[in-house]
Amino acid sequence: MADKIQYEYHPDHLRNSEPLKYDPAGLRSEELLVNIGPQHPSTHGVLRLETLLEGEVVKDVIPHLGYLHRCFEKHAEALPYNQIIPYVDRMDYVASMNSEHAYAMGVEKMLGIADQLPKRVEYVRVLVAELNRISSHFIAVGTYAMDIGAFTPFFWLMRDREHILRLLEWTCGARLLYNYIWVGGLYYDIPVGFEDRCRELVRYLRPKIDELQKIVIDNKIFVERTANVGVLSIDTAINYGVTGPMLRGSGLKYDLRKVDAYSVYPEIEFEVPIGTGAMGSTGDCWDRTWVRVAEIRESLNIIDQVLDALTGPHKRTREFDPQAMVPKKIRPKAQDFYIRAENPKGELGFFFRADGSTDVPFRCKARSCCFSNLSVIAELAKGGMIADLIAILGSIDIVLGEIDR
Amino acid sequence: MMDFEALTGKLAEHLGGPLWTETDPSATPGALIIQPENLLKICEALQKTEGLYFDLLSCIAGLDNGPEKGSMEVIYILHSIPYGHKIMLKVMLTRNKDQEPLPVVPSVSGFWKTALWHEREVYDLFGIHFEGHPDLRRILLPSDWEGHPLRKDYQHQEKYHGIKVAY
Amino acid sequence: MGLLDQKFNSGSIIITRVDDLINWARLSSMFPMTFGLACCAMEFMSAGTTVYDMDRFGMAPRASPRQADVMIVAGTVTFKMGDRVRRLYEQMAEPRYVVSMGSCSNCGGPYWAHGYHVVKGVDRIIPVDVYVPGCPPRPEALIGGLLKLQEKIRNETLMAPKAIEGWLAESEKV
Repeated sequence: MADKIQYEYHPDHLRNSEPLKYDPAGLRSEELLVNIGPQHPSTHGVLRLETLLEGEVVKDVIPHLGYLHRCFEKHAEALPYNQIIPYVDRMDYVASMNSEHAYAMGVEKMLGIADQLPKRVEYVRVLVAELNRISSHFIAVGTYAMDIGAFTPFFWLMRDREHILRLLEWTCGARLLYNYIWVGGLYYDIPVGFEDRCRELVRYLRPKIDELQKIVIDNKIFVERTANVGVLSIDTAINYGVTGPMLRGSGLKYDLRKVDAYSVYPEIEFEVPIGTGAMGSTGDCWDRTWVRVAEIRESLNIIDQVLDALTGPHKRTREFDPQAMVPKKIRPKAQDFYIRAENPKGELGFFFRADGSTDVPFRCKARSCCFSNLSVIAELAKGGMIADLIAILGSIDIVLGEIDR
Repeated sequence: MMDFEALTGKLAEHLGGPLWTETDPSATPGALIIQPENLLKICEALQKTEGLYFDLLSCIAGLDNGPEKGSMEVIYILHSIPYGHKIMLKVMLTRNKDQEPLPVVPSVSGFWKTALWHEREVYDLFGIHFEGHPDLRRILLPSDWEGHPLRKDYQHQEKYHGIKVAY
Repeated sequence: MGLLDQKFNSGSIIITRVDDLINWARLSSMFPMTFGLACCAMEFMSAGTTVYDMDRFGMAPRASPRQADVMIVAGTVTFKMGDRVRRLYEQMAEPRYVVSMGSCSNCGGPYWAHGYHVVKGVDRIIPVDVYVPGCPPRPEALIGGLLKLQEKIRNETLMAPKAIEGWLAESEKV
């Protein structure tokens, strides 16, 4: 710990570290520059939006990022492959299991052991990833309802999320950042009795999701506030690299679990919900939120089928060792490799360059879904009201840890 | 979905000859190694050609091979949503020494808007200049930061606003 | 808590010190600032909502630093954010307290070695009262840290605040 405060104050520090794009002195008299964030409850972290207004109408939005830049890529160049996983957790900290899954899969494919993993390992991975997907969508929908002005759903969803977190804590001992999925296996098999608790959870959550749908999503006030707001067309979405529920909300059936068919997803039946413009036009904020809620239902279906597999054909045996395939030394041959997987927020990709002589990647770049999703915000918000800007930002569902990495 | 050979064949046919220096089929997805001056032509062909239609630019990654090798790379990963094709483009650059101007790559933000932020990130972390980018500023690090941290020979500054940078 | 328990048996009159009364009032209504930086903010949210319910200790989050008593630095402080954290701290009214939540804001956490953009401890920017260890700390740990802070406030006196003491000592020297 430092002995004393080292910070040296200077009035120009704030201006120099992140200058405004627009010059306040050069604005016309009806224009107004409003700075939202980095400390603002509706920016979901430390995002800063420089907003140019004309009255109530948004003329331009300039996002300023980097307030949580934690140097993931520098760490990834300095640590062996297996030790990077905790840092991967800390990127998208509300969906760590999904990120771990993507990362571990990439390294396994580089090593060429991806096909030899026991089926039970794959099923457990999908189980925990889908549980985490639900909890991530709970945060997304809950905080979104709070942005719109409804406080209660947030409390309900935090309550239900806690059940999921306790299950995940039971498997690996951590509530949020798990380090559970290892390259070549798992840290541990799921505990005895976990399957029954999971089934209980699914039984408990199904009516809660219906309740959520009735009280929040179909609520007149919520619909008025989100329908026809922030309409994103498919062309714009793809051109900006938008993926995940945002792209599906715009009406394109594009889910990497289906497209790339990784892990055991091809053996599982599930639908890919897309926005249809049921309350307004296709691709508005309501569609995006509805897609998330529909995905929670699909995830529950997936969990049901995975539990059937885990108690049926791939059930627990005394001989099963989840760490059997974990390599002693992770040293892929020299190659460039790009892996992508469907995170709750979109396409999470990892680009690796292995040099073949060390067990440290020469370069590891994370392609973050929120980073690309957020870049479209200026297109969506221009010409709308400033209150809609908050509605649009909430519907993008960003996690700053992943944007800034 | 076409395999890599069919893809490069079709691309070469459309461009009237291969504009890339070599291919790297061992990469996943298969890669073309190209010089910066040919990047825009290849990108245009990839995006606009019927049957190729690469509409999703997934990722732009910078890469520094270190001062000994004296080269840098910019890597583009492209996907085609309707056809399912995938391809990797590797642009080779000469690394600049101290006091020399930054290496230059043409910006592809005219084809894919994704590039707007990804190129800013590569500029920020690697110090590669993207020609034709409408708004090339630092995106993650503060504007008054010194150096480009993902270069292999990066030394962080002693202090930032009076605070020691090292532990 | 504890101050008024079973003290009303003699005609609704209690005898206490002004310090105790004021401290009791202050520590029973500590308003933390809703100010999340990173992963720890999720646990801060958990602590504030349904299951852990920080409200029972009189802690309702306030969105504005001007209305807050406690700043919970929940997460990694980067250099870009450091200036802003400092400014937020300066915007808070005295008496103000800082809880450093999680390893990152305590000492840089897992980013201490290669994190060129991470401040290795928020105590290089603002003074910290309570450190809560963990990555991230459980909500119970955060609440435990806040109870520690309550202990600290209970033993304070407003009659001669520390800042004035130092100022008095300096003026005596001259």
